Amino acid sequence: MARSDIQPRTLDTYAKPEPATLRGSSGFQFPQWLVAMLFIAPALLLYAIYVIYPIFQSILYSLRDWSGIGAGTYIGLDNYKEALSDGIFWRAVRNNIVLVIASIAIQLPIALMLALLLSAKFPGWRIFRAVFFLPLLLSTVAVGLVWINIYDPVFGLLNGILGAVGLENLQQSWLGNESTALPAIIAVVCWQYIPFYMILFIAGLTTIPLELYEAARIDGASGWRSFWDITLPLLRGIIRTGAILSLIGSLKFFDLVWVMTGGGPNRSTELMATYMYEEAFASFRMGYGSAVATLLFIFAFVIAGSTLIIDQRRSNR
Amino acid sequence: MATSLPTSSSLDPGNPPQPRSFRSAWLYGPALLWLLAAGLPFAFVVLSSFKSVKEYIADLWAMPASLQLSNYLEAVEGGIGRFFINSLIVTVSSVVLTLVLASLASFPLAKMKFRLNRPLFLLFIAGAMIPVHVTLIPIYTLTNRLGIYDTLLALIGPYIAFHLPLAVLIITEFMSHLPAELEEAARIDGAGPFEVFRRIILPLSTPALSTVAIYTFIYAWNEFVFALVLLSSRSNMTLPLGLMQFSGEYSVNVPGIMAAVTLASLPIILFYLVMQERVVAGMVAGAVKG
Repeated sequence: MARSDIQPRTLDTYAKPEPATLRGSSGFQFPQWLVAMLFIAPALLLYAIYVIYPIFQSILYSLRDWSGIGAGTYIGLDNYKEALSDGIFWRAVRNNIVLVIASIAIQLPIALMLALLLSAKFPGWRIFRAVFFLPLLLSTVAVGLVWINIYDPVFGLLNGILGAVGLENLQQSWLGNESTALPAIIAVVCWQYIPFYMILFIAGLTTIPLELYEAARIDGASGWRSFWDITLPLLRGIIRTGAILSLIGSLKFFDLVWVMTGGGPNRSTELMATYMYEEAFASFRMGYGSAVATLLFIFAFVIAGSTLIIDQRRSNR
Repeated sequence: MATSLPTSSSLDPGNPPQPRSFRSAWLYGPALLWLLAAGLPFAFVVLSSFKSVKEYIADLWAMPASLQLSNYLEAVEGGIGRFFINSLIVTVSSVVLTLVLASLASFPLAKMKFRLNRPLFLLFIAGAMIPVHVTLIPIYTLTNRLGIYDTLLALIGPYIAFHLPLAVLIITEFMSHLPAELEEAARIDGAGPFEVFRRIILPLSTPALSTVAIYTFIYAWNEFVFALVLLSSRSNMTLPLGLMQFSGEYSVNVPGIMAAVTLASLPIILFYLVMQERVVAGMVAGAVKG
């Protein structure tokens, strides 16, 4: 198994004491830090070019009125003022928040239920797991194209099913209505990513000693009791991990919305990332797009920072 | 977060069945329901891909009259082969180079003591938090300035860079748990640091490397945003971008789109079916990245 030998550990234990220098085969001694840096340099260079530098560059661009050609003009914080007083921007922020909350509230419970089902290892569970897992492997473009056609008002599978079971009054243009477009996309997000949290929970479940369940059964506890008193408390750490991942992941959402609705109808599915993309690459307002990107970075930074601080507090306790 | 990750040994197929306080019969209901929810779209895609447009529009539930391959032929004529090759080139180069760069960087981070060790490690893994969209505009202008806009080369840099955080985390963790005696013995025999890395540490790290390889492969194969921003001509498109292109051109030809979707997804699904456990483990390891 790929990861079976990796033990969880804290960050401070990764460096073991070593001799101060490494001896080269020639007998000449390089200082250890220089040897280390030579190993790290190629990765660090690429990482600096494509991850670190662009963040600062984005901040610089965001201070300009700039179409992407020439240098543009310096306009201070005007782009930020515009974004923060722009209803569409806040609509995108709100949609991002709805996406986060819905993701956590829908995906995690269903994923936990599926994990519990599969870990009971009923006959044929492996086939079930294989199918459950499939959506996670597809590209979001493929997923989006498939679901556009499932949601199609006239020829789509969903309205077809509703019609077949006599719920014609629920049939509608799922992606065409402002009120249903975002929920429809959230359903697809869940469809694709529940398997991810499911395997996370399956892995977590197997760390719970079976003796606990045995003991509970002997004490006469019902299945529900042992779920509430054993499974849930012992899975708390992994559930929290899942929630954090869901939180960070939802800021990265773009593909599915871009493919399925392009942010519409009437901005009802606009996210920060899609808004930024449209402004920068469709309207060629690269300066303004950079300001939106920088705000996105600030959100990500604040979320990551606060989860880190909460983590620290917990481990210090 | 990383510290709370489970080990994947729990996903081993060899685990004995675990009795839980549920009865099997009760489990099938919800399990079947989700099987339907997860599987139905796949059935819809595959069945539709064999229909003619007429058949598709006429009756959603009808089986295709015959297994006609015309949609698949059309996708091939539309150049899906080219997209496939482009995706393969970009994905394989990204995987190989990610492994090389990440394992080189992980070796000193795991095995050497120097002042910048912890700051550099944290700098690398912090990248997992950054939404790629923050970097899109600068990477777009940079790519233009480097003169590699609309080439496959344009994608490889960002793909590697954004996979380094997870790769460095996984490989460093793994290497730091390798016993120190082995490298010490080699060092006494006069091996330099690079030889220790190449002869001792690297071969022992294959489990971590394969996890990173699988994870990077799946994500690079499916990546869309960078391709959207950094490529423009049809002959350079990767599969996800090519699928978008098809869907624009085909519009009402839904069976044609479904055939293209099937062809584009088939390699990853086959890959998964062949090495299920490893892929599952790789994706769990990808948890940090989310």
